[in-house]
Amino acid sequence: MLEELGKIGKYLGQTARLMVGVPDYEVYAAHMRLTHPEQHCMSYEEFFRERLEARYGGKGTGKCC
Amino acid sequence: MKQLSSHMAWIAVALVGAFALGYVALARGEHINALWVVVAAVSVYLISYRYYSRFIADKVLGLDATRQTPAYQHNDGLDYVPTNKYVLFGHHFAAIAGAGPLVGPVLAAQMGYLPGMLWILAGVVLAGAVQDFMVLFISVRRDGRSLGDLIKSELGMVPGVIALFGCFMIMIIILAVLALIVVKALTHSPWGVFTVGATVPIAFFMGIYMRYVRPGRIGEISVVGFVLLILAIYFGGVVSRDPSLAALFDFDGKQLTWGLVIYGFIAAVLPVWLLLAPRDYLSTFLKIGTIVGLALGVLFVAPELKMPAISRFIDGNGPVWAGNLFPFLFITIACGAVSGFHALIASGTTPKMLENESHARFIGYGGMLMESFVAIMALVAASVIDPGVYFAMNSPAAVIGTTPEAVAAVVNGWGFAITPEMLIQTTKDIGEKTILSRAGGAPTLAVGMAHILQQFVGGQALTAFWYHFAILFEALFILTAVDAGTRAGRFMLQDLLGTFVPALKKTESLPANLIATALCVALWGFFLYQGVVDPLGGINTLWPLFGIANQMLAAIALTTCAAILFKMKRQRYAWVAILPTTFLLTCTLYGGWLKVFSDNPKVGFLALANKYSAAIDKGLILAPAKTMEEMNRLVFNAHLDAGLCLFFMFVIISVVGFGFRTALLSLKSNQITTHEMPFVAVTR
Repeated sequence: MLEELGKIGKYLGQTARLMVGVPDYEVYAAHMRLTHPEQHCMSYEEFFRERLEARYGGKGTGKCC
Repeated sequence: MKQLSSHMAWIAVALVGAFALGYVALARGEHINALWVVVAAVSVYLISYRYYSRFIADKVLGLDATRQTPAYQHNDGLDYVPTNKYVLFGHHFAAIAGAGPLVGPVLAAQMGYLPGMLWILAGVVLAGAVQDFMVLFISVRRDGRSLGDLIKSELGMVPGVIALFGCFMIMIIILAVLALIVVKALTHSPWGVFTVGATVPIAFFMGIYMRYVRPGRIGEISVVGFVLLILAIYFGGVVSRDPSLAALFDFDGKQLTWGLVIYGFIAAVLPVWLLLAPRDYLSTFLKIGTIVGLALGVLFVAPELKMPAISRFIDGNGPVWAGNLFPFLFITIACGAVSGFHALIASGTTPKMLENESHARFIGYGGMLMESFVAIMALVAASVIDPGVYFAMNSPAAVIGTTPEAVAAVVNGWGFAITPEMLIQTTKDIGEKTILSRAGGAPTLAVGMAHILQQFVGGQALTAFWYHFAILFEALFILTAVDAGTRAGRFMLQDLLGTFVPALKKTESLPANLIATALCVALWGFFLYQGVVDPLGGINTLWPLFGIANQMLAAIALTTCAAILFKMKRQRYAWVAILPTTFLLTCTLYGGWLKVFSDNPKVGFLALANKYSAAIDKGLILAPAKTMEEMNRLVFNAHLDAGLCLFFMFVIISVVGFGFRTALLSLKSNQITTHEMPFVAVTR
């Protein structure tokens, strides 16, 4: 039961972060470790900045009406 | 047998829905409860999701759960990430929900709640959700590419460029109309101006914290930001009650317009982490929270609808916006039923994160059903307030006058009982100086939301708080949209202008950036200013233009979907896209035609221009213009609006023409001619 609640909480947190354009860092780090161990894996702070620029700095489509 | 029993439950849902819908439609003479509307809507959503979206998934598109999605093929942990279907649903919904589904239904309520409700339901099931779902599917099969790219590769280069130009102009109109809504809500409202103004320093604080103090900690700083917002609402009330302080925050429409234009320029050139990003966090979370809160409020309070099911203004002579039910109702309710802008989102970040192709149904179709539910709640909120108050708030001053006595007399004359005392009391309850002629939807929605939410939390004493909470919630995400839109518009403009002056294309060059931003702000600022000084209320002119543009974009997206179905050799099912396209084409082209050529100066731009030109020739000054200069400006603006309308019509006709050509060409070919990425099987 508690485990279930914890899972739901984790998903809610993920959803809230993804709503503002920040995907899961753990997933990113795991992906880099697994598939590109030779490349630089960004720290959470770098990752956050990179995502922020990607969402707002570039050619975002703007907001919906 | 098992199959039959599973259908039995759905038949029960259908019966409940049919009964609720029948009750809503046939109730006459008494106030019905909002829950009937909610039950009818939810039943329609469930049935259409279970049957129609499944038909589209299995038969029309042929979703293939064994096909690998771009999220796996290009997995980089950043843009392309396989994401849990419910998490992605949240992301997608947050991206499509905005001011459109809230404002459109409020304006549409002038005809009564029934016409709007029926179109919101029929439109979403047959057009809006179909569009979002299909575009998402098409984009997923093409590495998550954008709508512009899809049109270029599937219909051709020329329609692609035409559509891009169309998108840019739509963006300008959207920014102007959104900014106009904010201006209308904040004019002579010290409380509102203080609260909304306070979001800027709050955002600065959050931005600096997230950059330097504890980088990337979104959760904790958003909570702090939220607490500060609530304090800002509280202190807004303090300011508004102190005459000398209130005077500092009391602005008229023109001052607010200049303020917004200057703000828009500065916000679009500041670093994104300082203002745009933190305010986007606040507005996103506040938006989702408020939508959930409003839904709970409607469910628990179960308010009665005071607006009649069908009002006398069904005849097309309503004061809020001019024109007949057909086609103008279908243009006024923009996003809640079908929204072209969603095609940009469904071909943006969402397709890059889809874990499995089969999820496109839940996220595309289901996400839009949810958006439609937001529109239904906005309609409920506009219908729970007294119709007399509704018309006093939404009719232009030129029609109803400027004092409570005059307004009450006019509105009573229309058959909606209201006394000056009731208007003054409502104004006092929400802590404002006036509620008369606050068109634009946001203030009406805020009064409706305050009416519902104060019964849910806080009681009468908190009405003013909830009103300003609702205003803040709308202004916050509208201003975020203005920032982000100006920025996006600037990139589009640099791209377009770069073709002629290569130096302007460099997005990192500061002069090029400033020039393009200034141009972009000047464009929407011009339409905003025109709307603010427009004696007919501005919303009257700009909202139909916005509606036409938005539905036009939807028709373009659906045309592309239909053409692609032909290319996939699934033309047997192309009617699923052609049916809504045809309807949208009829509405936008007929509506556009009327806006340009109608003889009625209230509807047609050219008729309005002619009326004023004729007066200028005779040396007369027609009210509400006060000088010859204003007369000339009205004529110029009407011509400009007519030109813009014709431009939108040209865009849609040409893209549909190219769609036709594509469909014919693929009929001649005996093989599949789409540009899908090759099939790669899911690896487990």
